[in-house]
Amino acid sequence: MVEYKDMIFFDRVSKVYPDSSVALEDVSFTIEPKEFISIVGPSGAGKTTLLKLFLGEDKPSSGSIFFEDINVQNLNKREINDFRRKVGMIFQDFRLLPNKTVYENIAFTMEAAGRSDEDIESDVPHVLELVDLVNKAWNFPKELSGGEQQRVAIARALVNEPDVIIADEPTGNLDPINTYDVVQILKKINDLGTTVILTTHNKGIIDSLNRRVVVLENGRIVRDDKTGKYFV
Amino acid sequence: MIRLVNISSNLNKMTNKAMLWVKLKRVIRTGFFNFWRNGTVSLASVLVMMVALTVMTSIFIGKAVLDTSLTELSNRIDVNVTFITSAKEEDILNVKYSLESLPEVLLVTYVTREEALNAFKERHAGDQSILTALDELGENPLGAVLNIKARDPSQYASVAEFLASDNALSSSGVTIIDKVNYFQNKEAIDSLTHIISSANKLAFAATVFFALVSILIAFNTIRLTIYIARDEISVMRLVGASTTYIQGPFVVVGVIYGLVAGILTLLVFLPITYWLGATTEDFLSGFNVFSYYLRNFLEIAFIVFASGVVIGGISSLLAIRKYLKI
Repeated sequence: MVEYKDMIFFDRVSKVYPDSSVALEDVSFTIEPKEFISIVGPSGAGKTTLLKLFLGEDKPSSGSIFFEDINVQNLNKREINDFRRKVGMIFQDFRLLPNKTVYENIAFTMEAAGRSDEDIESDVPHVLELVDLVNKAWNFPKELSGGEQQRVAIARALVNEPDVIIADEPTGNLDPINTYDVVQILKKINDLGTTVILTTHNKGIIDSLNRRVVVLENGRIVRDDKTGKYFV
Repeated sequence: MIRLVNISSNLNKMTNKAMLWVKLKRVIRTGFFNFWRNGTVSLASVLVMMVALTVMTSIFIGKAVLDTSLTELSNRIDVNVTFITSAKEEDILNVKYSLESLPEVLLVTYVTREEALNAFKERHAGDQSILTALDELGENPLGAVLNIKARDPSQYASVAEFLASDNALSSSGVTIIDKVNYFQNKEAIDSLTHIISSANKLAFAATVFFALVSILIAFNTIRLTIYIARDEISVMRLVGASTTYIQGPFVVVGVIYGLVAGILTLLVFLPITYWLGATTEDFLSGFNVFSYYLRNFLEIAFIVFASGVVIGGISSLLAIRKYLKI
């Protein structure tokens, strides 16, 4: 596989909504492979917009977003699906499929990627082990605690071996102990070679991580530190 | 790039055909699970779909009842041509043959003078004064009769016209027809013809209207069930599931709604038609709605299942499109 120096490149990206509100203004930065980058900023700073544009949920008003050599906004529907399978998503509100068991939630992602039944049977128990949820495999999300649900979401994001994991405020709904667990898992994932993009409000997380921090404010990057502390 | 250890990194490459089969299997399985696990929503949707299918089955049976009553009504309309008593049988039969050659005419029955007298006596068997008066006359006062049935009630006018023309003259050129009761019953026949054609038009309009309304209700219910699942759909999108893979299970659920509602509708109509059977038999001279239902069960079942499956499947397909735009 060709390894690109810059894995993700936001090239002068702006996003103006139809009501003329500016969500992002001339944002440029790169993310290298295997990097752990935190994006922080107050609500409305443009963090979620940034992630949405990266996932192709929305198109930038100007500028481009590259993933390796792919310009994300030029992808057609089928290519977008393929691209999204390379990205693992973790959300603040978990977003598990309520009518599927823990096992099925994870298996669904693999099925969507066209993986065989044999792969599913061997990989799902393995990721469940990784997030310590083997004994909850046949429970439904509503039967789990917030921390457990977020761990299922992490397992789901991991199972297709994505190139990037995006964690959008993953600890927003969790208590300190579960927050610590989730951060440890993300660090482990990153140590094993997967790029991690984290958005958060949690000062403690940023300070303990001691990794790169990009600060967004009113749609602009106001700070980009290699080993940053929380400082908005 | 370093991978998470132990996860099988070599995707088992399947042939396209095998993959298609695996996908189909997964879509159907997921559809069944979703139907079962969303118990309350499924029950509500099946019941609404049942209402729609019940309306359609009622329309189908109702049309048969209407057709039978209208046919029966049409059959009761006929025209009698009474001949003068001195008319020769040969001349009457000539008129009969020429009537039979008309395309509008379905059947012509010849009633001889004697038969007419016997029928008259039978009809008035309890009325001694009429019978005595008849005896006093000494001879048969009744003329022979041709009873004419047209293929369609609206065609009696042209049959009557035919009789009024020269066709009904005897060989000696004198008319042998005493009277044609069409001219006495013209108004009644005309209004019946009008009623029959209006009833047919009204039935067609009602069929279209009720079928449309029930389809819309079923469609709306399915739309609501998909609206409930809109967040799930967006999650599926974000984990990279393709459009068909997301749509598939919803379409399967829609089809299951249709099939289950179809089975229930067909079962519900058994006791209903059984209960109505005797009543309709009395009322519609021999048309038993229960035996009609059993006789046409396969055809009705086909219509019910096809409507259910099409409404369920297509509604799901249309309703989900809105949430697939991400």
